[in-house]
Amino acid sequence: MLNFTKIKVFFIYIILFIAIFFSSLNFKTNNLINKKVNLGLDLQGGSYILLEIDTTPLINQKLQSKVIPIKKLLNENQIPFQNFKITKKNISFLINQEQQSKLKNLFFLKTKENLVNIFIPEYNMFDLDINFEENKVIINFSKYGLVRLNNAALKQSIEIIRRRIDDVGTKEPTILQRGDKRILVELPGIDNPERVKELLGKTAQLTFRLVSNDDEFGSEKLILSDTNEELTVNKRVVISGDNLVDAQPKFDSEANQPIVIFTLDRLGSQKFGKITTENVGKRLAIILDNTVISAPQIREAITAGTGTISGGFSFQEATDLSLLLRSGALPTPINIIEERTVGPDLGKDSIDAGIFSLTVGFALVVLFMLFKYKIFGLISNISLISNLILLIGILTLIEATLTLPGIAGIILTVGMAVDSNVLIYERIREELKTEKSIIHAFDVGYNKAKITVIDANVTTLIAAIILFVFGSGPVKGFAVTLGVGIVTTLFSAYFIARHLTSMVVLKDKKGKYFNL
Amino acid sequence: MVNRINFSKFFKIANIFSLLAIFISILFLFLKGLNFGVDFKGGTLLEIRVSDSNVKIRDIRDSLKTVNVGDVSVKKFGKDGDFLVKFEKNSNENDKFISELKNKISGKVGSEVNFRRVESVGPKVSSELLKQGVTAIALSLAAMLFYIWIRFEWQFSLGSIIALFHDVVITLGIFSILSLEVNLSIVAAVLTIVGYSMNDTVVIYDRIRENLLKYSKINTNEIANISVNETLSRTVITSLTTLLALGSIFILGGEILKGFSFAMILGVIIGTYSSIFVASPVLNYFKVTQKTLLKEDSIN
Repeated sequence: MLNFTKIKVFFIYIILFIAIFFSSLNFKTNNLINKKVNLGLDLQGGSYILLEIDTTPLINQKLQSKVIPIKKLLNENQIPFQNFKITKKNISFLINQEQQSKLKNLFFLKTKENLVNIFIPEYNMFDLDINFEENKVIINFSKYGLVRLNNAALKQSIEIIRRRIDDVGTKEPTILQRGDKRILVELPGIDNPERVKELLGKTAQLTFRLVSNDDEFGSEKLILSDTNEELTVNKRVVISGDNLVDAQPKFDSEANQPIVIFTLDRLGSQKFGKITTENVGKRLAIILDNTVISAPQIREAITAGTGTISGGFSFQEATDLSLLLRSGALPTPINIIEERTVGPDLGKDSIDAGIFSLTVGFALVVLFMLFKYKIFGLISNISLISNLILLIGILTLIEATLTLPGIAGIILTVGMAVDSNVLIYERIREELKTEKSIIHAFDVGYNKAKITVIDANVTTLIAAIILFVFGSGPVKGFAVTLGVGIVTTLFSAYFIARHLTSMVVLKDKKGKYFNL
Repeated sequence: MVNRINFSKFFKIANIFSLLAIFISILFLFLKGLNFGVDFKGGTLLEIRVSDSNVKIRDIRDSLKTVNVGDVSVKKFGKDGDFLVKFEKNSNENDKFISELKNKISGKVGSEVNFRRVESVGPKVSSELLKQGVTAIALSLAAMLFYIWIRFEWQFSLGSIIALFHDVVITLGIFSILSLEVNLSIVAAVLTIVGYSMNDTVVIYDRIRENLLKYSKINTNEIANISVNETLSRTVITSLTTLLALGSIFILGGEILKGFSFAMILGVIIGTYSSIFVASPVLNYFKVTQKTLLKEDSIN
């Protein structure tokens, strides 16, 4: 065990050299190889926000959109129906039982002409399901249809959230899908996430609807946010946010208040022109997420495709509203289900405290080993330093994220790393009692301790792996440093410390240093 | 043999003590329960720093009287002027909840308030995190059981799990008795304790196995005693260096790591104790002898 070939020694130094190189990358900027240990949000400060989409309104809305095609299908094929109802989850109506098979065939038609139930040939699946209970027909979304709806909504939500966050201009945001309903947003360096949170939480569904109690489309009562006036607003949407191509905040010097100027696309301009021409004198409600932000009177036809919204905004509100309108509406409401924010000064305090306790812990361990094992303590300390360099080198190489518990993991590694050397030295000390040859005692000691060292480290490694799989955020950082620390510990004990030990042992055959 | 201590003499009394400690811990865990933090209970946590050191806990409590936030707890957190405020509610239902809280506190306290940390966890996420934590600990115990079963005989595997169970239950029991907060980092600490205690146990078991094969006429308790003594200096030194490192985190690592490092310190002490006084005598109860090892070997 004490015999090292030259090539082996060469490789040990090469590995150590590479580790030193990678570790040093953290202290320089503008490298050719741009690798660094990232600081977690708990150390550099920033916000972690977990969002969840709520698809229930979307399912209902999509079901609504099937009403007209279904009625059309029934009418065109002379299937008389009655008691047509729509609930949150399904559409139901009554038909003659003899018509069932006819309806079923029409419903599951695998051609493009089937506008009711969309068929996806790639998956051989339909969006909708149909069930018959005597003469009652129940139509709802199929499992596959729901998944498709959910995934599309999630994808679109991520896109819109990305646009909103990019627009705010935070540095290096991370926006990731988590599971099938969640979106993770990480905003490093952000001090006050309240504004971003407000921007993220808003659906920003913009609609223009006439103030009237016309019965053809139905109407609903909504509150005008500015004056708390209750308005009866037509359910028919004149134009929606989808027709918007741009929105910008501007200061209206005449009215002396900030406003939002919007530009419509071609189709939107045509519709807007038509409706304003036909309804001069009436009020047009501008509605954002079920609240009327303003309801101005139409003074003249607007055909240019641009318009303004004024609702007594502050300039910040006007800026935010334009941002929301530009980025588009979220397909579903979004809820913030978890939020963690660390201010930059706490992050800095944590780094300072972490590094300070690491230094002190390291010094204590080093002094203790030196006191206890003398020259072999020195060897063990050299291997401990190499261990730290290797650990930081690997963390840099894999660009790991260092968190506060991660620093604790490094300190713990320092405390536990000497264990391998202690195990070996204690074993050698025992062997020296019965063994005359010092070299032989070291050889046997290393060999016998090997199994124990491996067993002991594998158990900690198992704990670290499980922690990595189940842990979240900062705790994951702990698992990474602990796990990598075990690997580097084994390397430093069995290569670096053993190599150094063999040099001492082989040079000093009289056993001057062996007062272990 | 140096440092010869007759551990086997204390096995019985130590085991009675351990059983008692486990019993009390379980009693507390069931009757009093654990003081879960926002990670596992849901709710909102604010860490604030006030520049005026005359601000008292009461002032902060008063500032929140007018808001409907449910249960509020205000605690000092380390230095003067640092406070930890916890609320039952979270920002789930109301996007502006946290900014409202901030405004209320800043408005009333008067001096400059710095919001250093905000954590808000919804009920769905917190119950998931709790489930994940319990699964992780259970899974790590199962993984250890399996590893030791492969490396040793089943008696060793069962013995080490009893020791681990002992460590985890008593550590959590102490957290319950002292009403210390249990959050995500405590789960990390418990998992590390599991790893550490196992590490310690394996070292002694390795030696017991070696000595069982070496001496055929000595009874198992005595073998355990010899093995514990032979590995004692390693056990002490490693515990000591680990405690040096942990102590430095506990004292100097800041408030956030206090609970974590305290749990680890407890765990290292209890884990070291259990390797000697629980894991080793258990083998005798399971009637492990040289024959047990030889029989296994002949099958392999």
